[in-house]
Amino acid sequence: MTYEIIATYAVTFCLVVGAIFTLVGAIGLLKFNDSMTRLHAPTKVGTVGVGALLLASIIYNGVFGEGAIQELLIMAFLFVTAPISANFIAKVNMHRRSCDMPPELPEGEQWATFDLPAHDNDILADQSTSR
Amino acid sequence: MTLATDLMNYALIVAFVVVGLCQLMAMVRVVIGPDTGDRILALDTMVVNAIGLIVLMGLAQGTRIYFEASLIIAMLGFVSTVAYARFILRGDIIE
Repeated sequence: MTYEIIATYAVTFCLVVGAIFTLVGAIGLLKFNDSMTRLHAPTKVGTVGVGALLLASIIYNGVFGEGAIQELLIMAFLFVTAPISANFIAKVNMHRRSCDMPPELPEGEQWATFDLPAHDNDILADQSTSR
Repeated sequence: MTLATDLMNYALIVAFVVVGLCQLMAMVRVVIGPDTGDRILALDTMVVNAIGLIVLMGLAQGTRIYFEASLIIAMLGFVSTVAYARFILRGDIIE
């Protein structure tokens, strides 16, 4: 019996932690004043918040149900994909010039983020010759 | 036992309210977001919060039938975020 009480308290704790982290992420998304700063709040804090909610579900189903280790799949998927989408959004911010730009490089070089693929350079060359 | 169960039910209600509030805040950011990156980020956050809401609903009803739904929404959310970002970055999704 005490085992189940401890599990219930653990579920409660995980739910409260998840709610707090999700709220902090959303407030950060709403209140920060720069695109790159806003990127920090939901991609890191929000992931931990949903991870805590999933952990609550795992504990609850593991103790009172027949075990739910599959929810680790969602958690792992979120933890793997959140940095990738954050990286993509950061590249979008740099592409749209909506943040501070990296410092200028010496002549003839540019940051690899702004590189065009070789295929696009061919298209640009075609357009400039045909014009 | 009853005290612990009561506490868990209150925590469940609080989590529902808070995650729904976060969904509204992210929606505000979608509307006012000054640039495209902010809107993509807010939509990504809304997908993650939707997964949280589905998990909470499964917890409240004591079932596990929502597990597949949240897994599929997680995958679709990632793919759609990457698709939006690719579209802004390259003007095309599949080249």
